[in-house]
Amino acid sequence: MANVVLVTGVSRLLGGLVARELARREDVGRVIGIDVVPPRRDLSPMEFVRADIRNPVIAKIVDRYGVDTVVHAGVIATPVAAGGRSSQKEINVIGTMQLLAACQKSETVQRLVVKSTGAIYGAAAADPAAFVETHAPTRHPEVGFARDSIEVEGYVRGLARRRPDLEVSVLRLANVVGPTISTALTDYFSLPVLPVPLGYDGRLQFLHEQDAVASIVHAAVGDRAQIVGVTNVAGDGVITVAQAGRFVRRPLLPVPLGSEGLWVRGYHLSGMAELHSGTFKQLAYGRVLDTDRMRTVLGFEPRWTTREAFRSFAATAGLTLPGVDLAGSGLRRLRTTTSAMGLGSDVTTTPGGRG
Amino acid sequence: MSDAAPTPRHRPRPVVVPMTPSRLEVPSQPGDVEQLEAVEQLEDTTSTTSGGVEDGLEDVVDALVDVLRATARLAGLSGEQLEEQVAATLGFLTRRVSGDYEVDLFGFDADFTEHVYLPLVRPLYRRWFRVDVTGIEHIPAEGGALIVSNHSGTMPWDSLMTLVAVHDEHPQRRHLRMLGADLVFRTPILADLSRKVGTTVAATYDAEQLLGRGEIVGVWPEGFKGVGKPFSERYRLQRFGRGGFVSAALRAGVPIIPCSVVGAEEIHPMLGNAGAIAKLLGFPYFPLTPTFPWLGLLGAVPLPTKWTIEFGAPIPTDGYPQGAAEDPMLVMDLTDQVRETIQQTLHQMLMRRRSVFLG
Repeated sequence: MANVVLVTGVSRLLGGLVARELARREDVGRVIGIDVVPPRRDLSPMEFVRADIRNPVIAKIVDRYGVDTVVHAGVIATPVAAGGRSSQKEINVIGTMQLLAACQKSETVQRLVVKSTGAIYGAAAADPAAFVETHAPTRHPEVGFARDSIEVEGYVRGLARRRPDLEVSVLRLANVVGPTISTALTDYFSLPVLPVPLGYDGRLQFLHEQDAVASIVHAAVGDRAQIVGVTNVAGDGVITVAQAGRFVRRPLLPVPLGSEGLWVRGYHLSGMAELHSGTFKQLAYGRVLDTDRMRTVLGFEPRWTTREAFRSFAATAGLTLPGVDLAGSGLRRLRTTTSAMGLGSDVTTTPGGRG
Repeated sequence: MSDAAPTPRHRPRPVVVPMTPSRLEVPSQPGDVEQLEAVEQLEDTTSTTSGGVEDGLEDVVDALVDVLRATARLAGLSGEQLEEQVAATLGFLTRRVSGDYEVDLFGFDADFTEHVYLPLVRPLYRRWFRVDVTGIEHIPAEGGALIVSNHSGTMPWDSLMTLVAVHDEHPQRRHLRMLGADLVFRTPILADLSRKVGTTVAATYDAEQLLGRGEIVGVWPEGFKGVGKPFSERYRLQRFGRGGFVSAALRAGVPIIPCSVVGAEEIHPMLGNAGAIAKLLGFPYFPLTPTFPWLGLLGAVPLPTKWTIEFGAPIPTDGYPQGAAEDPMLVMDLTDQVRETIQQTLHQMLMRRRSVFLG
């Protein structure tokens, strides 16, 4: 199993890490990584092939290397990464169609793993607290990436129907965070002040970048019975937007839910962040994936909880709240004075306290 | 920091205790044991929170403790109670400021509910509506149950009071997890508050997950038809939805506890409904009462009626064969049974009642 693995989108963080991780495994033979631009980091022992999945040449690559496992990690989330929305859509949709066409024709391919996203569920007031995999995708996806992913999943379902012998695994990942990955949401949480929808405190759920990689690798090499089907992948638990703001130590600025467009455009024009329109809905109504299937069928356990994953991002997000530090030093001076006057009690002598 | 390192899911959270130089400089003062106990409580809460909280924030809180304490001493106050209060309040504030509190999948924030919300609505429960509760023993000490109640009063004060009743009167101080209409979650502020105190969308998934986790779940199947009914129809139950709550209880095998609330139906006597305004504002109805909207916000103060909440004998759902939840006949029958029980109990309670305001 998994003698020759083809990984798409290796020049981007997750695709690249998945390819490197697979290439380093002993139960995996060769790993062919493809992308339109060469990866910037060293992914050896992966073999890089410069190719565009929008081009039918992809079928020749699949044939020439005798690929048996295809990992499609090449669906691009942000228009900027693809050089504009129209090219993003083309890579995502046309690229996937070419890749799947190649899989369908191939006699060697046995398994297809597709990285999808929880964003396809959307976020709305009437939604259940968590989405199970059978929940229909939102009918009005505002994010281009979510729209693309819904289409991609549709084509993947078509392929699975036409080639029932293929082992097809679709992973719907929660928002991926971590020390290195950069997404629309990490951009958002790196802003000095966070505009949040007034009167809401949505539930957020995260997946650590290393867990994201591990889950895709797991689907590429795991048992057939486990990996076939659509599975949500997310870290345990939820945190609210207010908590996330505290963890990154940014002040929250409550603004009307309807003002999202202004903020998205404003941050885009100022070059501060590329936010998705639709982010505010997620921040207001929350989006949580039910991970029962991930545990019971896929047999995957994330190592980071939602909170741990977000805090590992927050630790690198850096910037501190100036107000807190100022107030801190001021009060510290005041405390030194009070304890010098013999008024303040001594916190450090508490038995069993810190130290 | 502990959060950067992966920790297995079920291991207790590591307590990382950063030591700031300012703390080391302070010389130790032995003695004052009573005070130290209170401090220790606070320390417990703060030290478990200190995982990722950085020094600046901790110093603010630590310094605040000292300043408060010093102020109290200057004011001539001392003693355990004051210290405990200081510790509890600061513990809560520390958790809020550092974000170190837990919300569950549904957004329920027990810390907030217990420390902010319940203390705020409790005076209304005790002094304004003077709620009497009977049959609290019908709510199990552990495990799931579905409380089904009548809904009335123009503003849904009855669900809030039932929440307080279940928490305050039950020996196990259980939290009532309520199922609400999606309008609630579309409305700013209400959406945030409702999730924090344990309300979630009345969806099949939510009901089954909550019951499966052994929670006490509350539903008001009349919905807006009940809350927004005219005064002339008080204590007359409206249609009970489609019986989705019964299917959920059947699937989870938990008992249904009929709950009858008397007193809530008179708090805002709804004499008319300004449909046009309601449509404009996107509300299901716009009430016209003797005081609202004529007296403005003052008119929105509920009348101080005397309330009685009666939890009835549980209706078991675990004796049915597999797949009973998919049997529409059975579901409709059970729905009717629950509705009839509540309606009859309401009549009996009304017969016993002498006065709307005195009970």
